[in-house]
Amino acid sequence: MSLASTERRSRSWWREHQQRLTPYVFLIPGLIFFLVYVIIPIFESFWLSGFKWDGLGEKTWIGMANYRELFDDEAFYTSLKNNIIWLVLYLLAVPAGLFIAIFLNQRVRGIRVYKSFFFFPFVISQVVVGLIFAWFYAPNFGLFYLLVEKLTGTGIAVLADPDLVTYGIIAAGLWPQIAYCMILYLTGLNAVDPEQVEAARLDAAKGWKMLWYVILPQLRPATFIAVVVTVIGALRSFDLVSIMTDGGPFGSSRVLSFYMYEQALSEYGYRMGYGASIAVILFLIMMVFISGFIWKMVEDERQGN
Amino acid sequence: MRSMLTLSISAAAVVAASASFADQRVVRYYADYDPAPLAAMEEIIADFEAANPDIDIQLQNFDHEGYKTAIRNFLSADAPDLANWYAGNRMAPFVNSGQFMDVSDVWEEHGLKDSLASALPSMTIDDKQWGVPYTYYQWGIYYNKTAYEQVGASVPETWDEFLANCALFKEAGIDCVTTGTKALWPGAGIFDYMNLRTNGYEFHMDLANGEVEWTDDRVRATFAEWAKLVEPGYVTENHAALEWQDAASLLVQGKAANYVMGNFAVAVFKEGGMTNDTLGFLPFPTINPDVPRAEEAPTDTVHIPSGATNVEDAKAFLAYLAGADAQTKINAAMGQLPINKDAEVAQDDPFIMAGFELLSTTPGGIAQFFDRDAPAEMAKVGMEGFQQFMVQPDQLDNILDRLEKARQRIYQ
Repeated sequence: MSLASTERRSRSWWREHQQRLTPYVFLIPGLIFFLVYVIIPIFESFWLSGFKWDGLGEKTWIGMANYRELFDDEAFYTSLKNNIIWLVLYLLAVPAGLFIAIFLNQRVRGIRVYKSFFFFPFVISQVVVGLIFAWFYAPNFGLFYLLVEKLTGTGIAVLADPDLVTYGIIAAGLWPQIAYCMILYLTGLNAVDPEQVEAARLDAAKGWKMLWYVILPQLRPATFIAVVVTVIGALRSFDLVSIMTDGGPFGSSRVLSFYMYEQALSEYGYRMGYGASIAVILFLIMMVFISGFIWKMVEDERQGN
Repeated sequence: MRSMLTLSISAAAVVAASASFADQRVVRYYADYDPAPLAAMEEIIADFEAANPDIDIQLQNFDHEGYKTAIRNFLSADAPDLANWYAGNRMAPFVNSGQFMDVSDVWEEHGLKDSLASALPSMTIDDKQWGVPYTYYQWGIYYNKTAYEQVGASVPETWDEFLANCALFKEAGIDCVTTGTKALWPGAGIFDYMNLRTNGYEFHMDLANGEVEWTDDRVRATFAEWAKLVEPGYVTENHAALEWQDAASLLVQGKAANYVMGNFAVAVFKEGGMTNDTLGFLPFPTINPDVPRAEEAPTDTVHIPSGATNVEDAKAFLAYLAGADAQTKINAAMGQLPINKDAEVAQDDPFIMAGFELLSTTPGGIAQFFDRDAPAEMAKVGMEGFQQFMVQPDQLDNILDRLEKARQRIYQ
């Protein structure tokens, strides 16, 4: 008797709140995974960065010693400098993608084929891009090397030169990134209102003015995504560095994410605490951008655009 | 990822196999052999199983690079009964964290301290032995005989003669010494020999063990000798962007004359078309005649993890692998040198013969290689320094300061 009544009561409670609760119930699996694989590891990294640990033996608490060492570590500053170069130059992919998109945004016979050619580098894996460019730069037989040799008499081995190597890798990274930005802008251009363009034409706008005042404002969502993706892509640049140079020559092409991997997980590393402290610094740098992006999205939502 | 997959597949296979041979005792063996030595090892296992029908050795082979990562996981999570690894300081982390088992009793019982004497020091930590070595190979200088004839150089015995040859090669537009340091370690081979020949084995090991400052005058003396090679441009330009195989092809093509390398490179030279008539081997020339000659011979080993479940049979297999027959067989397949002094070496291979002669008559001592003698972190920082020195010799002071800073941190 009492059992039946509680059952009825609980069922009616569920029925009463069903509408409100269902979204949360659907969110739970996602939240659990986000918690386990993103949020908790972030705090674990902070915690781990206070230890000296080789991943096998005992952990020893050393407080801020990892950070003290990090701020006195030449390799860290090289990586940080390279990260900044990456960030600045990688953003060139945004305007470059825009201009290719505008160039391709026309109705010519077979335009889809041309578009797909331009999109092609984004489809191939970063590993393949890295290999192609490594061969392109390779001393003695690489196309780039031979070309420079033909023009100037002496070839340049980009990947062996500590001053050029980072630029060489960024050039490789730009190739697929430009294609990605181009696709974002091509879809954006589809959504440009032809009536506005028509109206602008009537007002005698053309060329740069047309682009700046009429087209670009309508492409703002595409620009936003292109910048976000490019900034994050620049900060996590890892695969190309790993494949093309392994951080070399003598560490001059390292970026923070690669240095972290090297210290924590590579053959000669297994300094988990030190790796974690690099991860923390990288996280804090990323946080600046991520909170900026989130702030902007929230602002936009509030204003209702 | 792939190795994890094969690992779990093999685990399933092990379960299936042990179910069907319930009367056999299973020994699980994880290794990282290349195809030729793998075939030889399978033969050795078959021989061993024929002699011990109640033991079933189940070999799970990994690829080299994957193995280096996987071993850290499987030693603690799912330990096999036998595992491949390396001698010297390279095994120290596993020994110190208690992941490898003390096998001194195997050494005592089977007289290995005598038959494997040349590798005893590199297998010993805290007066105990932690595994059994089965192969090593010599390092030295491989040279292109045609290039030597072309410039009229004779095979050098001293460093001065070697440098004089370099001047001849330079004039002819041939790289005197080639190397490809993209993966860093080939440069360490050159450093090891420069240091062994300048300061000797004891000093070299003290340096690798962190007991000497990198800013010491004796270290500077080593680099001063090395600078005689680097500063006049006798080393292949752009070596920092070359894999060691790329540099090997320079030697094959006659664009380079000498290559400081391990004996495994012979296979690559020969694939490139060199023969015993065009490829030569010479011991690294004498720099300081007062230090006894020491050589470099990295040793590969088999260990019993502490988590092993079938220790008895694993020890029986180790003892078998230490024997002359097994070592003869696997080293014939690998083209390397057996450690067991009663084992035979291939008489028709001049490079193996030269290596055997070189190592068995070494008065000074046998080093493992910089990245096995020094702790991993020091090895990494050091090898980057060596590479930088060969690109920017004027940065020597900075490099040595950096290495010294690393030494103070790593060995504390």
